[in-house]
Amino acid sequence: MTSKEKSWKEISPAGVCWKSSTEFLTGDWKTYTPIRDVQKCTKCLLCVMFCPDGAIHWRPEKEDIEFDYNFCKGCGICANECPTKAIEMKIQ
Amino acid sequence: MNNAKQEVLALNGDEAVAYATKQSNVDIVAAYPITPQTIMVERFSEYVANGEVETEFVCTESEHSALTACLAASATGARAFTASASAGLALMHEMLFVTSGCRAPVVMAIANRALSAPLNIHGDHSDTMAQRDSGWIQIYVENAQEAYDSIIQAFKIAENSEVLLPAIVGLDGFTLSHTLENVRVLPDRIVKEFLGARRIPNVLSHEGKNVPFRLDPENPTSMGPIALPNYYFEFKRQQEEAMKNALRIIRQVHNEYAQISDRKYGDGLIDSYKLDDAELVVVCLGSTAGTVKTVVDELREEGVKAGVLRIRTFRPLPTEEIVNALRNVKAVAIMDRSMSFGSSGGPVFHEIRHVLYDAASHPYVVNYIYGLGGRDTSPAQIRKIYEDLQTILKTSRVDKLINYVGLRE
Repeated sequence: MTSKEKSWKEISPAGVCWKSSTEFLTGDWKTYTPIRDVQKCTKCLLCVMFCPDGAIHWRPEKEDIEFDYNFCKGCGICANECPTKAIEMKIQ
Repeated sequence: MNNAKQEVLALNGDEAVAYATKQSNVDIVAAYPITPQTIMVERFSEYVANGEVETEFVCTESEHSALTACLAASATGARAFTASASAGLALMHEMLFVTSGCRAPVVMAIANRALSAPLNIHGDHSDTMAQRDSGWIQIYVENAQEAYDSIIQAFKIAENSEVLLPAIVGLDGFTLSHTLENVRVLPDRIVKEFLGARRIPNVLSHEGKNVPFRLDPENPTSMGPIALPNYYFEFKRQQEEAMKNALRIIRQVHNEYAQISDRKYGDGLIDSYKLDDAELVVVCLGSTAGTVKTVVDELREEGVKAGVLRIRTFRPLPTEEIVNALRNVKAVAIMDRSMSFGSSGGPVFHEIRHVLYDAASHPYVVNYIYGLGGRDTSPAQIRKIYEDLQTILKTSRVDKLINYVGLRE
């Protein structure tokens, strides 16, 4: 717990959120991190669709995918679904 | 004092509750309509069927669902009511904590009844006493009139922005719930003016805006989401503060209600009878106080300095008021209509004795467990309690700390 956390007098009742969920970074839970081999990746986007946390994004400006490690929990579904086995789960 | 003409109706406690709920402009009543339910929701469903109220009446498949429906409706800003008793309240257990944690001011009437096994739905306080740490306000009434008055007050207390806690009004099963009394009822207009519409305070939302504390698609909020070890504790501390505020608000609403009804129950928290110079005092909850007062009148005629302290508000417990009321007392008998198995005595005994530990006056405090499963407690048995207190004073000794009234040994 850090000193930045609010006291009971400062927070809204009933656990009403005073911040957006995007401000709560949950990626530090993971044990395994997905690492992509760009040579093998065909950009089929199956990993984008299968990610249960929406932590893999398609970036049209780069014409490429991007992992958001701030929200990736390391579940490995992307690696399991990847048809070219381009994603490897590496211990953090 | 208000001069509004009050009609006198013959109502049992359940009907008095239903009548008060009808007048309180409740948006939703959700209830499970089978045993151990009482006449409260039966009468109320008749009001709905007759078009006398605009309330949404939801028959749920269990008490757990009934309270869930009330909580959900309350979270949108609605005024919600439900009723139950005994095993029904026990089935609500999980949702009682969710409701108080979500700070939803649901009002619930409980016809206080025993818990199985053995199967019994007669009057005692086992059901609500088992829920005393669930974060609900608990008001125990002495008669059907007080049941009517307390339901109306409960909405105003629970919905106060400094409180925002759900409230239980407990009336003794059968003794009050099913017994006909003359009940003075206020005109609909007076109750409507007294309560007004539910006021919704503002809270800080995730968008950094001050928005109404209710589920509203225009101003979205989340209630009761996950709070991990770094925040859960803080929310519980807030509930404790709300309970402390409730002590003041219960008194305030009780006084405001006295203005329109000309009826008072002590200060709204505790109700003393012949306590000013009393040396021997019985502390009790609910309808039993009526019997005890009768015995006190008899004892007073005999020159015995006897008195009664009825705890009307058990949650929050009015600790200062109790210490003050018992400041000159020499011996106290605490009556418990439920048991706390394996501890020393009943829950009311624990709490009152605990409160008196730091009091300057250090009276003898003994426990009388009585009336379980609807067993009747007679004036003669109450008289025996006062005689025991006299013996304790005379001998300066407590032989039996925990006593069972009317139990076959």
